[in-house]
Amino acid sequence: MNTNVIGRPLTRVDGHTKTTGKARYAADFNQPGQRYAVIVSATVGLGRVVGFEGGEVERMPGVVALITHRNAPKLPYLPHKAIIDPAVGERLHVLQDDSVLFYGQPVAIVVADSIDHAERAAAALRVSYETRQPVVDHADPQVARTVPGAGADKSRGNADAAVAGAAVKVDEIYDIARENHNPMEPHATVAAWNGDRLTLWSKSQFLVNEQAEIAAVFGLPTENVEVICPFIGGAFGTSLRTWPHVTLAALAARHVGKPVKLVLTRKQMFFTTGHRPRSLQRVALGATADGKFTGVIHEGTGETSRYEQFSEALTAVTDYLYSCPNVRTQYRLAQLDTGTPNHMRGPGEASGIFALESAIDELSYKLGIDPIELRRRNEPKIDEAENKPFSSRSLIECYELGAERIGWAQRTSDPRSMRDGRLLIGMGTATATYPAFHAPASARVRILVDGTAEVEAAASDMGPGTYTSMTQVAAEFLGLPPEQVRFRLGTTAYPPTPSHGGSWTMASVGSAIRAACLEAKSEAAKRAIADQSSPVFGASMEAVEWAEGRLRRRGDTSPGLSYQEILTKAGNPIEADGSAKRDPETAEKYSMHSFGAVFAEVAIDPDVGTIRVRRLVGAYGIGRVVNPLLAKSQCTSGMIGGMGMALMERTVLDARDGRPVNAHMADYLVPVNLDIPKLEVLFANEVDPHVNPLGVKGLGEIALVGTAPAIANAVFHATGTRIRKLPILIEDILNAEV
Amino acid sequence: MFPFLLDKPGSAQEAIAAAAAGGRYIAGGTTLVDLMREEVERPERLIDINRLPLGGIRVEGQDLVIGALARMAEVAADSNVQRLQPLVAESLIEGASPQLRNMASLGGNLLQRVRCPYFRMLDVGCNKRTPGSGCAAIEGLNAGHAILGTSNYCVATHPSDVAVALVALDATVRVRGPKGERSFPVEELFRLPADTPHLEHTLLPGELILELRVPGGPHARNARYLKVRDRASYEFALVSAAAALAIEDGVIREARIAVGGVGTRPWRLRACEAALAGRKPDRQAFVEAAQLATEGARPLHHNAFKVTLLPRTIVRTLEMAGEIA
Repeated sequence: MNTNVIGRPLTRVDGHTKTTGKARYAADFNQPGQRYAVIVSATVGLGRVVGFEGGEVERMPGVVALITHRNAPKLPYLPHKAIIDPAVGERLHVLQDDSVLFYGQPVAIVVADSIDHAERAAAALRVSYETRQPVVDHADPQVARTVPGAGADKSRGNADAAVAGAAVKVDEIYDIARENHNPMEPHATVAAWNGDRLTLWSKSQFLVNEQAEIAAVFGLPTENVEVICPFIGGAFGTSLRTWPHVTLAALAARHVGKPVKLVLTRKQMFFTTGHRPRSLQRVALGATADGKFTGVIHEGTGETSRYEQFSEALTAVTDYLYSCPNVRTQYRLAQLDTGTPNHMRGPGEASGIFALESAIDELSYKLGIDPIELRRRNEPKIDEAENKPFSSRSLIECYELGAERIGWAQRTSDPRSMRDGRLLIGMGTATATYPAFHAPASARVRILVDGTAEVEAAASDMGPGTYTSMTQVAAEFLGLPPEQVRFRLGTTAYPPTPSHGGSWTMASVGSAIRAACLEAKSEAAKRAIADQSSPVFGASMEAVEWAEGRLRRRGDTSPGLSYQEILTKAGNPIEADGSAKRDPETAEKYSMHSFGAVFAEVAIDPDVGTIRVRRLVGAYGIGRVVNPLLAKSQCTSGMIGGMGMALMERTVLDARDGRPVNAHMADYLVPVNLDIPKLEVLFANEVDPHVNPLGVKGLGEIALVGTAPAIANAVFHATGTRIRKLPILIEDILNAEV
Repeated sequence: MFPFLLDKPGSAQEAIAAAAAGGRYIAGGTTLVDLMREEVERPERLIDINRLPLGGIRVEGQDLVIGALARMAEVAADSNVQRLQPLVAESLIEGASPQLRNMASLGGNLLQRVRCPYFRMLDVGCNKRTPGSGCAAIEGLNAGHAILGTSNYCVATHPSDVAVALVALDATVRVRGPKGERSFPVEELFRLPADTPHLEHTLLPGELILELRVPGGPHARNARYLKVRDRASYEFALVSAAAALAIEDGVIREARIAVGGVGTRPWRLRACEAALAGRKPDRQAFVEAAQLATEGARPLHHNAFKVTLLPRTIVRTLEMAGEIA
């Protein structure tokens, strides 16, 4: 690829719009005559609604409607599932019956002429319940484990026998707390009906699915629903699915015959918008005395709801990450009285790799082999699960880059062997990996008569810089400077794209934009060739070439024709659609994943147990880097997310009624500036000719995966105490009697 | 949020009259507005005291006098405070976040309400919020709760950092009410929950905090605050300690120790202080004295680690104060 714009550290094209407050997020939209809806959430963990004292509420100032299961219309809820919906089970139907399946489930909505009136009325509504005891503790042995469909169990060789007979082994249990995504921007929807057509201004990472889902819920033709979402203030996966509040906003708008705005409170964002499920995992490793893995067992259980089986890639990385003849993985679900979890940055991989990479670290100490060397000794030549080569794999290079940057050579190998004054210093490392996905996507390019271009796709930008990076891709393939390209996203009026998640936006949408640009360029060339007054008139397509956005005869040294010159004559723009998907033959031939190595240095106060991360270094092999500035930013944000997972984030449930006790930004801890150390990001110089036409592997998820085990391993190196739970808190350090 | 009336009196006298008639004072609003938004607090009438001349910081002899309306950030950055009472500055910097410190007043900081999550949940019992409704925390999730001064009615900790420092420093508070002015130790401002946890302080109806007076002395220089918590800022203490040592000829003449995060009010530890008097400021003395801190501690299901953490925090703070850390 003749790279000119791709690879440049462009600053964000939407930066000015955002920093001057002109970017409009879902809750910023307003419609004439708009009303305000507030959800009333169940205050019991299981049972049914037996009554509302609603008459008084309906007479409160400004109240337009009180909607409960008693007066809500029965909605069609036609079958609809997308890739981000659980394959087994049925989505929550809101206000359709009296059942309460989990704490915080919506049981009513109040609609009023102002948000204040709606909030006051919602607070005044008394709901009575018939209550049963919910079960929300994943570790409760009485909770049945269900098998989440095909592929839950995988095995090659005989892992159990191999581990049992191994010279050196590790066999431990790892427990990771539930996490909530907690983006800055709350979920919000403004719904407006026009006859049987519905427009939703709604926070979504998957516009075309929100369109299809709401169409299915209300029994509408898909094209009757339009979803608009130009900006997202962080999401981390929580806006991949279309949650009940979107249905409620549309339902309320239809009920009152006016547009309705519905914004979730921070507390409500802990109820019905998904969470990273708590996981319990067992990893058993067997190895020879010189550190060759002989057996790997990875059994994991994730929590899910009673009504849907949410599954994630908890044990998936264990199959392909290292070389070992005997590998067995098993995945189960614990069905609890809770809302359905969903994907959260690095879904499954981030949790699974904590267990695997902690166990490998434990094994390294038992063997007396450096943790990097141990991984080097088990580096596979191919993906041994799929029995095919990797399209590219730079894991060892990442370890080398990261080790050099953090100064691994200065690390002394024994636990508790490094100090700074009275502080215990530890250095740890772990592997990161994530699949290099590619989903079918489409895009449209319009080259205008003035020579500039417009590019459109129904994509999202939750923060990685999609606006900017897609501008670069289009500029690259059109041969235009990026200032002459305007990329637009955020409405279902544009060509459909896959979900903005799974680290596949650049691979998928970027490849579609490339295809559309190539098509548009070809159309422009055809037009020039057909023009009698053009210097390329009558040439064959093979006899012309493009150089920096100008067309000329091959071998001609003249500047050639600009788009403007080609288009002015006819006076109408060129429009071209493009689509792209993974080539099935390549997919058959190669195993495609990103790899990385994360390094952490921690300082622990042995007296009071405080843990400070002093440095984080992440080295990643992610194929082509479209914009190093954006890529670095995305990686540092992922590392901070991983730090939160390692040391702070947890949603604590009160077993008595299943309520999240810390559903509040002051009580659900995420790292603040003062916690965040020096973060360093390195990229391997990786060229992947197979993965997709752009050679990009994605980095949204891998940036988080691997950070938590690197920190946990550093905690062990500092203290000599292995903590097999996340987050690792001061009380864990104290309880371990460091 | 429920509607309310807002008064903006021009004088303390007007403000006090309005408060005596049932109004609630509001200064920075960092606690009250937050709780009003969550509908935990539903005051009908607020009295905005920000126009009253109760700000400023001055030095009177050895004493530091801080106006009730002085903001946390302002006090922490004040050169007299840093010079005369570094412990006050340090405890303020450890509190809240920069944004909150810019807004929160010192008087309001002392009267901030508890951080028990159940206090904020309108659908569970809380004797502090609704007397007689029970305490959801005692059998609930209580890792952050108190081990000292608790009752069968309430186990919430007092959340202020600077209050811990002020109690250690024997600061006094001057208030004015409908019946005139009075001064008393900051320590006496706070009540134990006993069977009336809804009564948190000893102010009489209408009484307004005017200023805080922090007496100087040889202990003030060797005074430090340590706050132990799971993140570096914007988080309440698991355990905190304020320690001040008057050291003369290598011997501790007087020790002042108060702790936070463990008590239902800022907790002065006089037994620990007494154990240090006359000792050399070394780790051995500090460890022995700190052991006395947990006498009478009543850990709950999830906060037993505080019994371990409390003496360790005190030892470390004493080491910092004695400059042997």
